[in-house]
This record gives sequence, C-alpha cells and structure tokens, in this order.
Amino acid sequence: MKKIIPFAAIGASLVLSGCMSTSISSADADKLTAEVVKTSFQDKGIAKLSRLEQDEANRLCSAADVAGKPLDAATAKAIEEAQMKTIKWPSDGKFLGDFKAGEKVAQSGKGLTWKDKAGATNGGNCYNCHQISKTEMSYGSLGPSLYNYGKLRGVTDPDSPASKAIVEYTWGKLWNSRAYNACSNMPRVGHNGILTEAQIKDVMALLLDPKSPVNQ
Amino acid sequence: MGKPMRIRAKADNGVTTVRALMAHVMEGGQRKDSSGKVIPAHHITDITASHNGKVVLSAQWGSAVSQNPFLAFSFKGGAAGDKVALTWKDNKGDSRTDEVTIA
Amino acid sequence: MKRKLALVALLASSAMGLVHADAIEDGIAKYREMLQDGNPAELFEMSGEELWTTARGPKNATMEKCDLGKGPGVVKGAFVELPRFFADTGRVQDLESRLITCMATLQGFNEAELNKTGYAKGEQANVRDMATYVAGASREMKIATPQSHQKEREMYEVGKRLFFMRSGPHDFACATCHAEDGKRIRLQGLPNLTGNPGDGIGFAAWPAYRVGNAQMWPMQKRLNDCYRQQRFPEPKFGSDATIALGVYMGVNAKGAKSIAPAIKR
Repeated sequence: MKKIIPFAAIGASLVLSGCMSTSISSADADKLTAEVVKTSFQDKGIAKLSRLEQDEANRLCSAADVAGKPLDAATAKAIEEAQMKTIKWPSDGKFLGDFKAGEKVAQSGKGLTWKDKAGATNGGNCYNCHQISKTEMSYGSLGPSLYNYGKLRGVTDPDSPASKAIVEYTWGKLWNSRAYNACSNMPRVGHNGILTEAQIKDVMALLLDPKSPVNQ
Repeated sequence: MGKPMRIRAKADNGVTTVRALMAHVMEGGQRKDSSGKVIPAHHITDITASHNGKVVLSAQWGSAVSQNPFLAFSFKGGAAGDKVALTWKDNKGDSRTDEVTIA
Repeated sequence: MKRKLALVALLASSAMGLVHADAIEDGIAKYREMLQDGNPAELFEMSGEELWTTARGPKNATMEKCDLGKGPGVVKGAFVELPRFFADTGRVQDLESRLITCMATLQGFNEAELNKTGYAKGEQANVRDMATYVAGASREMKIATPQSHQKEREMYEVGKRLFFMRSGPHDFACATCHAEDGKRIRLQGLPNLTGNPGDGIGFAAWPAYRVGNAQMWPMQKRLNDCYRQQRFPEPKFGSDATIALGVYMGVNAKGAKSIAPAIKR
C-alpha cells in the first residue's frame, strides 16, 4: 500500500502539469510568433509584407494587450510625446474645409486594401466606429458618438481665439490619435497617409463648422 | 438537369407546409461585367408543385428573385407519407424536379 | 384631434431618439431571425457530402478514409475538435488544411497547387463544399478544441499574439474590433473573441453562407477577408498564422454550441 501511493502521486502530478502548464515561456512564444509571421504572409496588390513591421508604438501596445496589463504611465507618455512630434499642421493655417465633402470622407471605407489601386482616394472609415450626423443610422459603436461635436464644446466660431484649443486638439487627434492616447484604437489618418490634408480639413468642417448637420 | 434541391414538407392539422431551397444562380439580366457588357439573364421562370398528381402551386418568377432562392408555402390537405413534387424551369430551358415525403 | 396627433407625434419622435440604439439592435435581431429559415448553406453541404463519397483525383479514391482527428472516416464530431495536432504531418491543422492533406494523400491531388488556388476556384470550390459538409456533421455539438499536445498549446500562444498584433497603415489588430463586448462596426455586431461569446457566435458560426454576396465562407476565407480589411498583406491559405488564430478562438470558445454552417447578412 505504501509503495503504491507515491506512484499514484507522481502520476497525478505528471497529468496535472501536462494539462495546466502553458509549456512555452512568453519569450519563446514571442520568437515562435515572429517565425510564424515571417512564413505565413505574402504580398498582394498594394498590401506588401513591409506592413507587418510594427513601429514602436504598435509593438508596445500589442505587447501590453498580450500581457493583459495596460502600459505604465511613463511609457505611455513617451509614446504620446513621440507621436505628437509627427503632427503636421495645415500648410496654409486654415483648419476647416467643406463639411459636405467631409461627410463623404466619413462615409467611405475605401482604400489601402489589397483590392484597392495605388494612388486611389481613400476614405476615413469614420462611420464604421462613430455616430456622426443625426440622419445616418448605420454607425458603429467602437468609438464615442461625435454627434453635436462642435456644439457640445461651445464652438460657435471656429476662427475665434476661444476655439483655438479645441480646433487644434481636433486636428491633432485626426492627424495622429496616439499623440493624445498612446494605444488609441483610432487609425492615424494623417500620419499614416490615409487621408490628405484637404480631406482632413473637410472632416474638421463636418465636426466643427456650426453650419454642419453634425452641429444642428 | 439542375442541381438538387433541399425540400422539407410537414403536415399539421390538415395543412401541409413545404419549404424548399433551390440551387440556382438567378442572374437577373441587368448586371454588367467589368468590361461593361450585360451579363445575360439566367433565372428560374416557372415553378410547379404537385401533391398526389394535383397542382398545389404554380409560380412565374422574374429577375427580382435572389440567388439560391428559398420558397415556403402551404396547402390544404396532405398527410404524412404522401409525396410532394417540385419542378422548376429556367429561361435557358434547364429544369429540375425533386420529390419529398411529407413528414 | 389635430392636437392629439401632434402630441403623439412629439412623444413618438422623442421616444425614438431615446430608444434609437435599441431599435437598431432589435431590427438587426428580427432580420437575423428571418434569415434562419432556408439556409442555402445546406446546398453546399449536400454537394460536400456527395464529394466525400465520390472517387476522384489521379488515384481515383474517395475521401472516406480521411482522418480528421477522430480516426479514418469519422466525420461526426470532428469539426468541433479542430484545429488539432496530427502525428502523420507533425503539425497542428485546421479543417481545410486537413481536407487538403487527405485530397493529396488519398486522392493524389497536388497539395501546393491546392494551396495556391484562389477561393472557390477549381478544386478549392470542392474544399469549400466538403468543409461545409464536415462542419454540418457537428451541428449543435460543443466546441472542444484540444490543448493536450505541446504543439496545440504553443499554437494557442501564437494565436493570442497574432490576435493582438497591431500593424499596417490603420494600426488594426483582430483585437481592434473583437476584444470588447457589445460593440459593432456600422450595424454589424462584433463578437468578443478573447473569451467565449456564446452558442453559435464567432468561431461557432463559421463556415457560414453570406446572403449579401451569395457566397459560402469557410474559416480560411473569413480570416483572409479579415486581414484584407485590416490592410495587412495576404495570409497564405492554411498558413500557421491562420491555424494559430483558429486554435486561439476555438479554445476561448470552449463549450459553445456550433451552429455551422450558419447564415449571415
């Protein structure tokens, strides 16, 4: 009897370790993943393998998600400061364009997939994640509602000094969302060349022009 | 001969309900291909369903019905074990008939 | 009468504003209910079943000896235990890559050619139909993706890292859309794939027939189009990346009832 119990105990612990351990260290899993990424993809159309190279911000934010822990404050701040430096302000100092054109940009999700042509006009994908105007019912919930964006922030004259901070924040957020939130899910439409300066001005008008349907 | 249909028929309180899935491309004849040429119409034009030799449904379809159409209908009568036959004909002269036993 | 009508209209319009989001969700649910009756996926299932028992290929053999993980020819229950490790190929495989292994070894088809063939073209259409048939044979069974083999556990960890990998011009990862409860893109609900989203949702709902383009999509096609929308380069058919993601999603969905082949918008 005494001889049998230790064997059973060893057997039980072996079975336990087989089922419950992850069998691979985090570092080794990272290495294995890198190899899998290297061999699993191929260029197609305009979508090249170089798109798999993560920049520092993406590398850190992805790692934090895998670990299940948010970035520490210092790292987040460093990312935000680096992203802030990339913001290109409007070349002529004018922040707002045409809100009707802006609605078209917000509605379109076209561009940059392997089915799209190089040099084609891209859309902003905005309605995929945000409510924007009152009449468009087909909107997503991944981002906050932008309905009444300018009105709620008291923007009655986007050119006035009183509105300067909001106007600049909105431009900056569109150009590079990560300048204000290190791991924001929002694409960096200016920094990553998704939208042109003119298109961003049109989206700015959609959000901030007091005459825009968004602010009625 | 067209591709096989998936048909189910159930009798309940003197009424038989038939549900049929048909495999057909149902090209309306209004679409154009990438070169601008009209894709010719190729769709079901006639449907006939019969029970014990008697026609219980006849339908004429046009270009508005979608690909792989689903048809559901009921008729008075029919009992478990009876057979229901469904036939479709399309504008290219193709046709398909399948039978189902009422459950 | 006019005043009463005006009052009712006013109440109705303000109520509409308040229940705006709920009305949208209810509408979507009703539309889904209507779609359930008469799923064209069954037509692909019938075709797949016929292909399974038909002698084809250079070796003129059927697929009836194909081992999908539960022994040669065992189809029922195989789908809910995939992806899994296979000793004969020494790798973790999902349903479609395993079908291709069988088409090559039993029927003599060229594996590399099959992997290079585009979705629904040539023999890939038959892979699609057989995948639909095999999935349907596990209808209502619970997802039970195995983690008993070392390589299965490693693939889970790889799948997890891929799931959270942000890259490309939009900085999208799978997680951008699929890591929170109750979110939607436009009006399309997004299951949270970091956990178990419930019976018949997410991993438990593919292969599925998409009404919008009348196409039957198995998991490889679903992942391919996800990566396209993420602005990534193209994942190779049956690549380790796609299989690892299947392991991650499957293990997370353990216990959920499979409704494959399902029907989608």
